[in-house]
Amino acid sequence: MDLSQLARGSAARVVRVGGPGIGGALGMDRSISTRLMELGLLPGTRVHVVRVAPMGDPMVVSVRGAELSVRSSEARLVTVELESKEPPG
Amino acid sequence: MSDPKKPVVLLAGNPNAGKTTLFNALTGARARTGNYPGVTVERRVGPWTIGSRVVELVDLPGSYSLTARSREEAVAIDAILPASEASAPAAIVVVADSSNLERHLYFAVQLLEIGRPTVLALNLADEAKASGITIDVAQLEARTGVRVVSLSARSGEGLPRLNEAVAEALEGRSVPPPIPLALPDAIEQAIGTVEAAIDPPRALPPRHLRARAILALLGTSETDEVTLTPPVRAAIEAAHRAHPELEEAIIAARYGHVDALLAGAITRAPSGRRLTERIDAVLTHPVLGLVSFALVMAVLFQALFAWSEPLVGGIENAIVWVQDLLRAVLPEGPLVNLLVEGVVAGGGNVVVFVPQIAILSLFLIVLEDSGYLARVAFVIDRLMGAVGLHGRAFVPLLSGFACAVPAVIATRTIENRRDRLLTMLALPLMSCSARLPVYILVVAVAFPEGGSYFGLSVGALALFAMYALSVVASLGAAAIMRRTVLKGPRPTMILELPPYRMPVLRNLLRSTWDRVGQFLSNAGTVIVAITIVLWALLHLPGNPEAVARHDEAVALAEGSLSGASLEARVAELDGELAEAQMESSIGGSIGRLMEPAIAPLGFDWKIGVGLLASFAAREVLVSTLGIVYGVGDAADEESAPLRDRLRAATRPDGTRVFTPLTGIALMVFFVLAAQCMSTLAIVRRESGSWRWAMFMLVYMNALAYVGALLVYQGGRLLGYS
Repeated sequence: MDLSQLARGSAARVVRVGGPGIGGALGMDRSISTRLMELGLLPGTRVHVVRVAPMGDPMVVSVRGAELSVRSSEARLVTVELESKEPPG
Repeated sequence: MSDPKKPVVLLAGNPNAGKTTLFNALTGARARTGNYPGVTVERRVGPWTIGSRVVELVDLPGSYSLTARSREEAVAIDAILPASEASAPAAIVVVADSSNLERHLYFAVQLLEIGRPTVLALNLADEAKASGITIDVAQLEARTGVRVVSLSARSGEGLPRLNEAVAEALEGRSVPPPIPLALPDAIEQAIGTVEAAIDPPRALPPRHLRARAILALLGTSETDEVTLTPPVRAAIEAAHRAHPELEEAIIAARYGHVDALLAGAITRAPSGRRLTERIDAVLTHPVLGLVSFALVMAVLFQALFAWSEPLVGGIENAIVWVQDLLRAVLPEGPLVNLLVEGVVAGGGNVVVFVPQIAILSLFLIVLEDSGYLARVAFVIDRLMGAVGLHGRAFVPLLSGFACAVPAVIATRTIENRRDRLLTMLALPLMSCSARLPVYILVVAVAFPEGGSYFGLSVGALALFAMYALSVVASLGAAAIMRRTVLKGPRPTMILELPPYRMPVLRNLLRSTWDRVGQFLSNAGTVIVAITIVLWALLHLPGNPEAVARHDEAVALAEGSLSGASLEARVAELDGELAEAQMESSIGGSIGRLMEPAIAPLGFDWKIGVGLLASFAAREVLVSTLGIVYGVGDAADEESAPLRDRLRAATRPDGTRVFTPLTGIALMVFFVLAAQCMSTLAIVRRESGSWRWAMFMLVYMNALAYVGALLVYQGGRLLGYS
């Protein structure tokens, strides 16, 4: 599953950022993937969905102690593994 | 802009690290705000006294990493990694948020990799302490090899230690040792190949060159053209083909280094961001979030419209007072007219914007610095996405209802240049408050018998239609420009929601003053110049015959009348003189020349003169119609004599000029046309060139012409008049 599919409050671990061909011709997606990784969304990192905007998009995820807002279209590039549906703590 | 004698110290860091507060605290009132050449990124420079020496402190735009995605980041990279060693900085101060070190140290590690004398400033120490975070500064100094200073720019705590640390850095101490990034050999080799392609003679210091090579490998389209020569491009492409996971490996290695730096050096109580979470539970709540957003916008609107009114009124009265004073003390003559009606009125046209610019700027900076603006963008992004705009475009667009000039300045909160241009080119279509007097006059004249439809008066209906048209036109124009002239992907929404913070008064006043000052000095001169040109067009070459006739008639009246009836007669004669003079002016001739072009819209030459004059400001249409219809220039939109004259006005064939159809066509024209020189001047200033200002002038006026043409000709085809 990908980050955009997570419901509010759920926690997950990042598996992969970007499609299988991220080094390829997908220039824009690659640039978004690089930015997501630079902001801490690296494989192995734990994330949790803090909140979702009133109109359902974008969402706020907590990663490495900071809160990032990400649109669904961008969150789709992040493959995750669900860990729990309840907020941690 | 930078003084070659002084060593340059760069202030770099993530957005929200409190860089600006630190910059203001270090440089005080002596800082200057300007622009980077050719781009519209604010450049802030100021002298900073360290012991006995003075350095030039440069506040770089905030960025998350050393990767050139936007012009802001490109500007930061040019300063940090210049193409030649001659313009390299003497030292770099990396500002990081103590309460968010894991994130902020990523950029810091990138800067440490370069190997310049560096000082790590851990800002917001008080805030971190309050939320239970303890940082072992000595441990961090030992691990990074550079001076680390814990400080609070807001209270000034720790600033003397920063001075000492930077003094050491300037003496060549505090240079970070090479950072052992755990990268596979193959990727190290790829970096080496790119290094060789960038700088074959290896003139740059090795670590500087390595940083440029990694930057080129991770960079995208906006990476500078100088670096991306064909051999470099080839080396980068080869590296990506050979190692598809190259970005991930480099970024993960850096984060690995961040973790190693922080391991055991930072402890945090579990409380974390309690206050911010509690506020966000309300402000980004699905229902309460929208309600509070609407409330904040309502206050903003009230401030722009109502609170600015006494100030604007005061300025207008002061200008009239100065004009009267000059007329009283100076002899009558064309030069005095030029001074009073051209220069002084032009200066007034500039100063009159100051209250709204100051109010909107102050408001936006408070929203930005408190952290709320990032939430506004978050809450409204989905809606704005429908027309391809960023969430941050909402406040400037909304402010366009009050006045486009401060709204264009407000687009500075949009980081991406293409998005910023898009917003500033579309927002002048929002129906600003200067259009309102025009609608009111035209409705009163064109629909004299009133009446109502669907339970709404004609006036209310017309106003509603015009405002709706302006919103549709503005959003539609944005959507079309996004797909044509400003084609490009919608910039990402990937940004950090900073913790809520109390804004710093000093920053608010400084930034507001910067914006007002730049408007006055830059856009202001254009506005004064155009006011003078317009005055000349509408008053020259003068009409001595009409003046002689007027003087004769006044003398006659003075002989036969007295008291109130004399005053009334003189006012009437003055009105006739102004009418005659405008008719014979260059502007009058232009109006006549324009007539064939605007006749298909239902406009005659007198309206043409009004359109020309309203370039000074849209509401000037009202007083200009007052002059061309001989009721004098003091008429406002409620003036009964002006309304009567306009209603009675006829075309050569005897039909009325201001029919309902002409009225609607004229209002549609005013909704869509770029008639405001001040907006043009500010778009030129904020976009950095006349090119986009001229583009706006052409596209909006073409839209206005076509819109009014469709209304008038379409209406006639349907049998209306």
